[in-house]
Amino acid sequence: MNDARPAGATSQFEIRIKEKTHIGADGTAIPAIRDLVLEIQSQSMTVLMGPSGCGKTTLLRIVAGLDDRYTGEVTVPESARIGMMFQEPRLLPWRTVKQNIELVAHDVSAADLERLATSVGIADMLPRYPQELSLGLARRVALARAFATRPDLLLLDEPFVSLDERTADRLRRLLIEVWSARPTTALLVTHNPREAILLADQLVLLAPRPTHVVANVPITVPQGERDAVMVEEIYADLLKRYPANFAVG
Amino acid sequence: MSVGIARPNALTGLRAYRASLAPVLSVAGFLLVWYIGAEIAQSRMLPGPEEVLSYVVDEALHGDLLAELGITLWRVAAAFVVAMAIGSVVGLAMGELPALNRALDPWVIVLLNLPALVIIILAYVWFGLNEAAAIGAVALNKIPNVIVTVREGARALDPGLDEMARAYRLSFWSKLRNVTLPQLQPYFAAASRSGISLIWKIVLVVELLGRPNGVGFELHLNFQLFNVTAILGYTVAFVAVMLAIEYLLVQPLERRTTRWRNKPV
Repeated sequence: MNDARPAGATSQFEIRIKEKTHIGADGTAIPAIRDLVLEIQSQSMTVLMGPSGCGKTTLLRIVAGLDDRYTGEVTVPESARIGMMFQEPRLLPWRTVKQNIELVAHDVSAADLERLATSVGIADMLPRYPQELSLGLARRVALARAFATRPDLLLLDEPFVSLDERTADRLRRLLIEVWSARPTTALLVTHNPREAILLADQLVLLAPRPTHVVANVPITVPQGERDAVMVEEIYADLLKRYPANFAVG
Repeated sequence: MSVGIARPNALTGLRAYRASLAPVLSVAGFLLVWYIGAEIAQSRMLPGPEEVLSYVVDEALHGDLLAELGITLWRVAAAFVVAMAIGSVVGLAMGELPALNRALDPWVIVLLNLPALVIIILAYVWFGLNEAAAIGAVALNKIPNVIVTVREGARALDPGLDEMARAYRLSFWSKLRNVTLPQLQPYFAAASRSGISLIWKIVLVVELLGRPNGVGFELHLNFQLFNVTAILGYTVAFVAVMLAIEYLLVQPLERRTTRWRNKPV
């Protein structure tokens, strides 16, 4: 698709964070991450799951290059293209849906954009402004935007939070569909165990803060073949093996 | 029910009519009071509206009124552009860089509170009675207002959109054009609005003190001749130009730049 990509940019991303500390409003240091080591397999979906407030978003921001105040090493090549979905859609309200996507993916062709928009179900929304869209639709636009850059690394920060369960589930299926058609190295963060089990190739369980990796559980069944029953089975199994991580849900 | 459907349209029409009527009535009322006042006073110090109007028409057709208005308008425009450009850049930088803000803040406060007259006199003394000194002095009076307003806007920038721009590696210019400036638009509008009125006022003082033409110069001249008709005539012409710019330029532009807002779902 793109020959200009430097070799290695799509291969493997390595994260080694020795220490990341937040400075609280009252000046006290709160350790957020300590001794976290993680390898992200290329063209697979790595899901980080941990309790709320354990530092998942902090970790994602470090990987995205938005935060460099930590000790350790994150090997994401400077030239790597990032696609990111935040907890909110974060679309520019003064640009149309189409302009929002084109802004981050300058070299996307009209045909590609049309195809992508159709695959996430927003083809009719391209000339609209984001404020005319529901939250679910805006999330679809954010998803399309993230894929439009043809990212070397796709970062998803609780992308389906604060949606009703039906809409969230439809969007999860949609993510799998779009992602399967365009295999991409992806890192998704969630505190929802069923969402994690449904989406993950590698399910990474994180400890409460200061966070580190508790376990790395591979799930080999392709995402498209996982149904509700299978998700519940895996969930029950993981609950037995890692009660601390799954009990709170 | 059919009446219920028809009525809102009739009501909206009536409302629009009333809305456009209000400013007209208010101006007409003012003219009436002026007319009555002039009739009662019967003084050379307070000519009536018809006398002033005929002076304006006469000066426009046979005198210098249009030329003087033109030169003043050019000074207003030049000072406005200079002040907005410098004030916006400095204000944005001060809003984004706390160290720069701390260094420049005392100077902004000084300029903000320094009487316009001091700056004008010093500009003329140091740089001579020329056009650059005049426009520079007006701009300098206006710059701190722009800085303060735009700085407030820069502090209110959405950190979420900033992160989005950084995560997607937008270039400096692309981020400025697509993410930062649209967020500052209401602040630019506020700065322009308050700025243009300040500049109208100061430009006349600058002309009065050191320029051989312009509305301010004419006002000064007619003050020495005690020609109140001319003073009011120039004032009326000046106000007319100001209102025309407000209604024909500033407000339509504001509507255009905010058309993405408040779209119904």
